[in-house]
Amino acid sequence: MQAYLKLDHIDKTFTRGNATTEVLKDISLTIEKGEYVSIIGHSGCGKSTLLNIVAGLTGATNGGVLLENREVNSPGPDRAVVFQNHSLLPWLTVYENVKLGVDKVFASRKTRAERDAWVMHNLNLVQMAHAKDKRPSEISGGMKQRVGIARALAMEPKVLLLDEPFGALDALTRAHLQDSVMALHQKLGNTILMITHDVDEAVLLSDRIVMMTNGPSARIGEVLEVPLARPRKRLELATNPGYLKCRQRVLEFLYERHRFVEAA
Amino acid sequence: MSMPAIKAEATAVAIPTTSPIAAAPVVTMTPKQAPRAEKYVKMAKETAARVVPPLVVLALLMLFWELVCRRTGSTLPPPSRVFKDTKELIFDPFFDNGGIDKGLFWHLSASLQRVAYGYSIAAIVGIALGTLVGQSVWAMRGLDPLFQVLRTIPPLAWLPLSLAAFRDGQPSAIFVIFITSVWPIIINTAVGIRNIPQDYRNVAAVVQLNPLEFFSKIMIPAAAPYIFTGLRIGIGLSWLAIVAAEMLIGGVGIGFFIWDAWNSSHISEIILALFYVGIIGFVLDRLIAGVAKIVTRGTALN
Repeated sequence: MQAYLKLDHIDKTFTRGNATTEVLKDISLTIEKGEYVSIIGHSGCGKSTLLNIVAGLTGATNGGVLLENREVNSPGPDRAVVFQNHSLLPWLTVYENVKLGVDKVFASRKTRAERDAWVMHNLNLVQMAHAKDKRPSEISGGMKQRVGIARALAMEPKVLLLDEPFGALDALTRAHLQDSVMALHQKLGNTILMITHDVDEAVLLSDRIVMMTNGPSARIGEVLEVPLARPRKRLELATNPGYLKCRQRVLEFLYERHRFVEAA
Repeated sequence: MSMPAIKAEATAVAIPTTSPIAAAPVVTMTPKQAPRAEKYVKMAKETAARVVPPLVVLALLMLFWELVCRRTGSTLPPPSRVFKDTKELIFDPFFDNGGIDKGLFWHLSASLQRVAYGYSIAAIVGIALGTLVGQSVWAMRGLDPLFQVLRTIPPLAWLPLSLAAFRDGQPSAIFVIFITSVWPIIINTAVGIRNIPQDYRNVAAVVQLNPLEFFSKIMIPAAAPYIFTGLRIGIGLSWLAIVAAEMLIGGVGIGFFIWDAWNSSHISEIILALFYVGIIGFVLDRLIAGVAKIVTRGTALN
């Protein structure tokens, strides 16, 4: 099977003055179309850097990213990002925030009316159509993140990159939004790469979990398949042995074999 | 149409407590209804609370001024004299006897015109240069020290040089306005651009905005609060500078009007002119503040 998204031997070194820090070491990963892959690791292990490399926001020192067998090294709407802190533009309304990307991506392919309908369609997908004329400061954190997801989805990305998308939300809102993302993935079949530090979130949402060792020179420590049938139900999984086993494996990796070193 | 209205009114008078739905349209038609009157009273009270204190202070100051300057031999005229001397200027600001013998309206509009030209150029150049300095580290390293030195030069010090260069009063005055107001606009714009969150830049990169779109859709709105701070300082400075510049270049303009009045010992006219200069400076400042409020809605939050 041909890999859809391929991370090929990526190294990343940051240089500041004379000091060089090797953040990522030899990261190789292939992701199939429609797959939901999570990257989990302790903070500071470079997982956000890795996502930025895939997004093209940061360049890799060695190696590269292939999407459908073509190298990508600059940012683009084919790899839309949902940022951790939503990053909505505060001077635009919810509708205009989504429209910004849509206008750019579909400038020649859709008429004005079609673009408008497409924006509303995506706002409907995340149940935010009712707030289309509100500004980001007027809606809650969870709602902002929904709009952020709509903005990314509306660009029809080949790969959707989620950078700790639920990290800044309270537990209840987070669960609600996780369910929404799961439903969207089920419905649209997107290929998703998600950064997270939440074990439950990773197991619940992913087809595969990529576990990173601690930095500096973080590597992929282990890749875990999550063989749970979809659609998954949060409550039923709580007692599902398969779910618990996966959870156990990730916890062991994170807290026994690669315990977070405070000084690092 | 008048028939049902009269009928409804009649019912309202006859049985005022019943059927509030039928009475509702009548309420809006009759002018003197209790809730409305109350609202007006409340509004009037709020306005009074803001307007009365400055008026009281103004009245006290006028009284003090009148008492101090009333004595014979005082160098400055009391307010009553000022009003008597300048009545014609106040009530007929539009006369035009040719030359510089014009009504105050013409002097003020000439000054405002110079400010409009100089300030507009300063706004455009200032925002452009500020963007460059904010965006590029090398532009900042090269230009910032220069700006820091140039901005400390007093506005009037530029006037002889600009007269030498332009050989005419009008462009020289405009240049002085420009050079006075451009620095705060440059510096504030640069700070605003430098403070654009990396997140917004990332969004622009993912959406693939071209440089022009990035400038208009991200940079300007994101830096708008800073830019408008600069613009507001700039308009204040340019109004300060125009009066001084006009005193030296002559011709029509409120600055020269003041100088001319001094040469003719018309002290009352100077006082009147100062009053107008103050009011217009205040209005200009409010104007920019108002535009800023409209343009930057939402940006300051979040």
